[in-house]
Amino acid sequence: MTILLFLAPASLMLALIGLGAFLWTVQSGQYDDPAGDAARILLGADDDRPLPDAPPADEAPRP
Amino acid sequence: MSVLDADLSRFVAATAEGHGRLELLVRGARCAACLSKVEKAAAAAPGVAAARLNLTSGKLSVTFKAASGDPNAVIQAVEAVGYGAGLYDPEAASAVQDREGRRLTVALGVAGFGVGNVMMFSVPVWAGLFGQELDASTRTVMYWLSAIVATPCALFAGQVFFQSAWASLKRGKANMDVPITIGVLLTLAVSFSETFLGGPHAYFDAAISLIFLLLIGRWLDHQLRAKAQSAARDLLAMQARIARRIDGHGVEHGTPVGEVAVGDRLAVPPGERAPVDGVVEAGVSELDNALITGETALWPVAPGSALHAGALNLGGRLVMRVTARSEDSTLAGILRLMEAGAQSKSAYVRLADRAAAIYVPVVHTLALATFLGGWLLGLGPREALLRAAAVLIITCPCALGLAVPAVQIAASGRLFRKGVLVKSGAALERLAEVNHVVFDKTGVLTEGRPRLIDGDAQALALAAPLARASRHPLAQALAREAGPGPVAAEAHETAGLGVEGVIDGRPARLGRAEFVGADARASHETELWFAIDGRPPVRFAFADTLRADAARTIAALKARGLSVEVLSGDMAAPVSRVAAACGIERWRAGLTPQEKAAAIDGMKARDLKTLMVGDGFNDAAALARAHASMAPGAAVEASQNAADLVFEGDGLMAVVDAIDVARAARRRALENFGFSALYNAVAAPAAMLGLVNPLLAALAMSGSSLVVMLNALRMTWAARS
Repeated sequence: MTILLFLAPASLMLALIGLGAFLWTVQSGQYDDPAGDAARILLGADDDRPLPDAPPADEAPRP
Repeated sequence: MSVLDADLSRFVAATAEGHGRLELLVRGARCAACLSKVEKAAAAAPGVAAARLNLTSGKLSVTFKAASGDPNAVIQAVEAVGYGAGLYDPEAASAVQDREGRRLTVALGVAGFGVGNVMMFSVPVWAGLFGQELDASTRTVMYWLSAIVATPCALFAGQVFFQSAWASLKRGKANMDVPITIGVLLTLAVSFSETFLGGPHAYFDAAISLIFLLLIGRWLDHQLRAKAQSAARDLLAMQARIARRIDGHGVEHGTPVGEVAVGDRLAVPPGERAPVDGVVEAGVSELDNALITGETALWPVAPGSALHAGALNLGGRLVMRVTARSEDSTLAGILRLMEAGAQSKSAYVRLADRAAAIYVPVVHTLALATFLGGWLLGLGPREALLRAAAVLIITCPCALGLAVPAVQIAASGRLFRKGVLVKSGAALERLAEVNHVVFDKTGVLTEGRPRLIDGDAQALALAAPLARASRHPLAQALAREAGPGPVAAEAHETAGLGVEGVIDGRPARLGRAEFVGADARASHETELWFAIDGRPPVRFAFADTLRADAARTIAALKARGLSVEVLSGDMAAPVSRVAAACGIERWRAGLTPQEKAAAIDGMKARDLKTLMVGDGFNDAAALARAHASMAPGAAVEASQNAADLVFEGDGLMAVVDAIDVARAARRRALENFGFSALYNAVAAPAAMLGLVNPLLAALAMSGSSLVVMLNALRMTWAARS
């Protein structure tokens, strides 16, 4: 049963990495435009960069 | 929106890096090709550094190379490739961010993580229940591991409920979040003490799955509202409230209506609405007041005439002097009535809250009785408390929390595909209770635009080339009737009078009786006269025609046991004609906006639950006060704001569809409540008797939620079959 002491934390670590990745996707606005992201993959290669001067996605545009 | 020729640089906001930033709403972009066309067109406009389109929200973010830029150039570029483009009010654009949605998504992710990983430690415990090899110390280790995962997740993700429960308790009320909060916290506390004492039953997995399942319900409810809100915002952005202010040098500037001051001079070109109240300073024209008063007759104006906010300019360009700010305009009185109506609507108690009002005291009494009774009957405080916690967990309001949002999101999705926009779940609930339907006439029962009803076919063919050259709505109705064809040469339009030109080398005139040289007899019909080459003038008569399915809609409503009535601001003759054509016996004409609202209040006093369908400024107050309300997509901003549902397209049958779906949704929701009650009637006594273990709790909880979800999905299946 001592193997549990290694496996349980190991699997939790893996799961935490997954959770961290999910939180990052939310924070970086990857769910803001699902339709656009689905369409963009069909387009040419170099137009999927964010705007050069765009404020970070989690900030409201300054009025 | 048409391209504005006024200066719109006010709508460009400068960023910290010194670039101008503009938000536009683009309509009609649906696919990858649209996306690239719109972005390329916008990026190619002069001064634009980059453009990015959000295909989901339709928002185009444009960055200019300099600190300012020309929105007109971008709008023109986008319209040139075939899409509609409108300006966002800068304030409205900053409200687009959906913070609440992000918070719920994060909470849902954390709770999902907790549920998934707690199961890793729960499954061995469950297996132990069936006599598999698991000694007490290993079980305790499993519980401690569960606690490490579940407790932080539950405390983080549960804040959504904790905060709402606290806010509700501070107001001296108990909403559904109070038992959820008490249940989760008590479950965690009891599980800790059981684990500490080495007891056989701990419910860490139940606490976190409770939160996870409830968050799904919350998230669905939020998605429904967010989608409706953004769609409603889009409708409004397309009629962005821009006034064309004329400065001292005679140059027009696009200005948000809120910034217009008394004494400003504004330009109102043909085809646009007066943004505020004022007096005509220069120009002659005709006004369409249909949206303000419901009147279908056109209203001639000249310098000195009063002009009400919302009046549509049909003839020539007008210059007006502002006499009242936007807040003080004719609209203000109507808006105050609307606010009062909105307050009465917010007092409406939603289905889920009504269920909670019964559920909360019953469950808490049961849990308390279990604790006290168990203790008195000799179970000991520890076992009694454990059973009380089990009662709270097993009767968890998961099914209740999911019962309504799951049904409403399915129902509004079904209506959305039919072109009906539902603004909130509460709106669907109110719509299902309606037993009386009130229609406005102009623009609702009728199409709200003139159509040729009387005219010689030969004369029509002769007049058509001249009609095509005019922007006047009557001439355009004539041109629509005649179909495509040649346009008259040398056409010249005189505002408020008519259009003259040359057809096949012969001079011709189309317009008012005195312009054409006919004797102007008094007529209550909308008319247009045509004369060519000195021949006697010919008369064309127009009327606002009924929507094609108006009579069918009224019949369908009556077949559903609803009474129908017309409230109109127009004169008695046209109203009675329309009512008779639709098969409506009860109608009232010549009502002011205040009288309409009072009529709705009168119906409320007689215990009628009224659905108001209207489109004009004069309907806005009535829409806000009615039990439920609908507005067509062509309605004015105030009415779309006030209405619970907005329907697109030419058909009135959308009203019947919406009522049917709302009633079906109510049935499904009540079925779900019935199921939850039945489930609790079995589960609660079992928990009180101590027959529940963690495995049974997990199965019962997820099982009941699954049944409720599947029942809700029947709404979608019914739509497909």
